[in-house]
Amino acid sequence: MSNTDAMAGQAGPKKSLGETLGLDPRLMGMVMALVLIAVAFQIWTGIRAMGASAGWNPLTWLINGRFLIPQNTYNLVVQTVSVAIMATGMVFVIVTRHIDLAVGSLLALCSGVMAMAQTVWLPHTLGLGLGHWAIAPMAVLMGMGTGVVIGSLHGWLIGYQGIPSFIVTLGGLLIWSRVAYFVVGGFTIGPLDGTFNMLGGTAGTIGVTASWIVAVLGCAAAIWAIWSGRRTKAAHGFAVKPLWAEAVMTAIACALIIGLVAQLNAFDIPQNRLARMFQARGEVMPQGYTQAFGLPISLLLLLAVTLVMTLVATRTRFGRYVYATGGNPDAASLSGIDTKFLTVKVFALMGLLTAISAAVAQARLTNHSLDIGQLDELRVIAAAVIGGTALAGGYGTIYGAVLGALIMQALQSGMGMVGLDAPLQNIIVGAVLINAVLIDITSRAPHRWPATLAIMLAQVALVFYFTAPWWLAGIVGALAVAIALRSQRRKGA
Amino acid sequence: MRKAILAAVVATAGFATSAIAQVTVGVSWSNFQEERWRTDEAAIVGALTAAGATYLSADAQASSAKQLADIESLIAQGVDALIVLAQDSQAISPAMQAAADAGIPVIAYDRLIEDPNAFYITFDNVEVGRMQARAVLEAAPSGNYVMIKGSNTDPNADFLRGGQQEVIQAAIDSGAITIVGETYTDGWLPANAQRSMEQILVANNNDVDAVISSNDGMAGGVVAALAAVGLDGIPVSGQDGDHAALNRVALGTQIVSVWKDSRVLGRVAGEVAVALAGGTAPDAIEGSAPFQTPGGNTVNSILVAPVPVTRANLSVVVDAGWIPLDVLCQGVTGVAPCP
Repeated sequence: MSNTDAMAGQAGPKKSLGETLGLDPRLMGMVMALVLIAVAFQIWTGIRAMGASAGWNPLTWLINGRFLIPQNTYNLVVQTVSVAIMATGMVFVIVTRHIDLAVGSLLALCSGVMAMAQTVWLPHTLGLGLGHWAIAPMAVLMGMGTGVVIGSLHGWLIGYQGIPSFIVTLGGLLIWSRVAYFVVGGFTIGPLDGTFNMLGGTAGTIGVTASWIVAVLGCAAAIWAIWSGRRTKAAHGFAVKPLWAEAVMTAIACALIIGLVAQLNAFDIPQNRLARMFQARGEVMPQGYTQAFGLPISLLLLLAVTLVMTLVATRTRFGRYVYATGGNPDAASLSGIDTKFLTVKVFALMGLLTAISAAVAQARLTNHSLDIGQLDELRVIAAAVIGGTALAGGYGTIYGAVLGALIMQALQSGMGMVGLDAPLQNIIVGAVLINAVLIDITSRAPHRWPATLAIMLAQVALVFYFTAPWWLAGIVGALAVAIALRSQRRKGA
Repeated sequence: MRKAILAAVVATAGFATSAIAQVTVGVSWSNFQEERWRTDEAAIVGALTAAGATYLSADAQASSAKQLADIESLIAQGVDALIVLAQDSQAISPAMQAAADAGIPVIAYDRLIEDPNAFYITFDNVEVGRMQARAVLEAAPSGNYVMIKGSNTDPNADFLRGGQQEVIQAAIDSGAITIVGETYTDGWLPANAQRSMEQILVANNNDVDAVISSNDGMAGGVVAALAAVGLDGIPVSGQDGDHAALNRVALGTQIVSVWKDSRVLGRVAGEVAVALAGGTAPDAIEGSAPFQTPGGNTVNSILVAPVPVTRANLSVVVDAGWIPLDVLCQGVTGVAPCP
């Protein structure tokens, strides 16, 4: 994005606004994609909701849309958590040039262990009795143990025995969900422990006041992080952004945090549920009483995982080794990094995160179902890849993976809301995945833009072919061919 | 008496509002990639359109987690009633909770949902099981039986098995028949049923005289396994009236396909959904009766009666327009209604 055609006489290349603000173009791209998806579905659902009276006023479409109502924002958040938690671990796996196809299957096993621990082993076999306070934490620990042990086993087979990760985890994909089947005896297990279910979303929220406190703390943390980063840079004599740029960034961060919390706090607990809550306490609900859910605990869990994983990636020796090994495994090994043990650690971490996801996923269902985690590996890998993680290894960010998961879920949820057929939804998700990587590659190799543009126009032409008049498809297709030919000729010259 | 009047008042009031406000009914399918649900959908849409209601749908693609997300999304879109074909009768409970919170009535379509608030609309599955066993028992009064059951996450599998047991119990007690193999089938998948059948045949040295399979898809797998060892032609049961299965009945490789006309089921579900959305009390719906679930809940239900289709009454399905004559009679001659 460097502006090389700076006019003579000007000192040095001019900086764009984005560069001055120190924005990561990748991050911006993903945020833009998310905003685009949200607005598009908001408008689309708005038109659908209005039916014949839709007219041509985009403002009324936006207002009547159902995609961005607090209830759906809340839904999106709790629906994303499980995949997003695993995606943070998948970043490390992919960065070290491996792949983990077994996460969905391992999720099923961890979930099965936790479900049996809660409903059979701890209350009956160990004799704690149902509803004991220690059941939820002990069950989660047992699930985490399972995840770490099996993750380590994967890592050991890959790192020390030299079996490709694709094969080890493909085997794991087949094995662990079936082991889970035997662990639970082939039946759906539930209902689960009440405390445990708080991890799932609706059953565990912190209320409005606590949510605002979290928002203020988050805002304060953002301010502190930005300013302390600036001080550190200055102390080491690095160039710092202008003060106004830091202020703008801080304001944006705070606005985002407070906006999200405000949106979630606007989702009121449905009246029937409130009435039941009062009834359970033996009270009568006052007329006109309302109360909001506030932030779900599962979201806080995701935020904590994201924060810790980001710190691990950027501030620890382990994190540096992971990226160094991914960038060049031979060089890393020769420079004294124990890459074999590192592989074990990376997969053990993946196992741990899978177990945490398993807890969230089954608490959300309030049951361990036999199909839990099915195909999650694909969602997790897709989230990491859409989030900018390079399968060639060496590059990937935690926040990118989390955003990737959110983008996927938003897309899925929106397409469902506007009533696209399920097979078509899958086709679109697949196309988005490939295009995301294409754009990512192109953004690092700008000379490829014409080719990329041609590929994308060709897709538009294909869509038009099925939905619009044939001549429109023809024009766009011809444009795609023309651009492709031009870019070829230039390469030849 | 007072209750009845009250119900009538509620019902009238309900219909009055439904005439003014546009009713929206959301349908959550567990897995739309099965041929059968297209017919149900058409029937539901037909009933809703007739009542002036709008149809919204979502496909969970065989995932309990996605079904929960789907239902949350339908609720967020403001539906007035839900029709749910549950992927997992227990794991659906948080979705039921969400619907109850929002005050939205839920119809458990074809598959039971363990929740007292669900209105259960299905075919009488115990009767289906009885019909299957009756047809097989008539053709093979003694010998070695194999029971191919449905998915163990689907309560229907056990209802069917229960009905089958009622009919064959006496023959088992008298020692006339022996069950030499019995298995659940993951996901009701024909391939799994075929594999199970092959294994049972090997284990029993091919000494099998009849197979009670709980549906047509699995019966297809079973017949393929039987044909591989030259046993095709022994009595095999099924249900659903799949085209391939009806052709097998005409051919004689399957003894019965219990036909559940899903157009009736879909229409009933659509009508009940509109009535419930309009505020009619579940127990005031015409034909509604209490139903004891295996989980110990009592739900309101409508059980629609199925029809056993055998070689003797094949014309029924053709006359109903369910299957074209040439599809039914492919490779068959001399059996009515085939030429």
